[in-house]
Amino acid sequence: MKARIFVTLKGGVLDPQGKAIHHALEGLGFGGVNDVRAGKLIELDLADGTSDEDIDAMCRKLLANTVIENYRIEKVA
Amino acid sequence: MKSAVIVFPGSNCDRDLAVAFEAATGTKPAMIWHRDTDLPDDIDLIGVPGGFSYGDYLRSGAMAARSPVMQAVAKAADRGAFVLGICNGFQVLTESGLLPGALLRNAGGNFVCRDVALTVENAQSAFTSRYEAGEAISYPVAHHDGNYFADDATLDRLEGEGRVALRYAENVNGSARNIAGILNEAGNVLGMMPHPERVIEAAHGATDGKRLFDGLVAGLLAKA
Repeated sequence: MKARIFVTLKGGVLDPQGKAIHHALEGLGFGGVNDVRAGKLIELDLADGTSDEDIDAMCRKLLANTVIENYRIEKVA
Repeated sequence: MKSAVIVFPGSNCDRDLAVAFEAATGTKPAMIWHRDTDLPDDIDLIGVPGGFSYGDYLRSGAMAARSPVMQAVAKAADRGAFVLGICNGFQVLTESGLLPGALLRNAGGNFVCRDVALTVENAQSAFTSRYEAGEAISYPVAHHDGNYFADDATLDRLEGEGRVALRYAENVNGSARNIAGILNEAGNVLGMMPHPERVIEAAHGATDGKRLFDGLVAGLLAKA
């Protein structure tokens, strides 16, 4: 069983990396990009039967810093 | 007077901090490896040094905060030992929950490495007793992730309780309310991005940091 964890900065938390990417896209001539936010994708290869609670705990205890980040869990069959 | 400096893979200010502790206490601190689960009994003072522990993997300080030794540090802090986290050490302390908030990438996106003017905001703490409230001092900074962030309620509480120890006189990294260093509720844990251990003797070119260590140690000895 696999799970994908998407970690993103909360709204209102400054993202200099996203800003730099935005700037670079503009530099390449791409117009119409209103904003860029960069995040992380963490893929977990898990033992079958790993509980949702455990995956959630992994996110809360390590994978995301919930002071500044949100996370979303996507289970992959 | 027992002191210790925690050493993580990737720490690079551990020896500087050990020199500062030894100069202030007269005794060499114990150097504690991150896999150790015990600290010396009755430890009085613990330093969490600067550097790039675990290569800043995941987030600055995130891996170090979950290392075995940090549970021992949290326990020692809980019973009143003094903990000083500098730079990466500050990041480790926020990641481990010993201090509130988080340290984000610098607002300008650049690594900032230079002397920075600071204001001593709270001169009543054990760490800042040898400074005057409002005193202008200068410590070097050297960091990429020093942009202090906390929600407004937390920032208001920190300010209301006198827990902002140091502020930037010039905001070099985007920190909320110019915060450079904060105390925990009990006042025995200080986290700060600037490096006092780099300005403790004339050969460093400045000695503004010396009073932090001397004042802290004198206070601890007086209490003992």
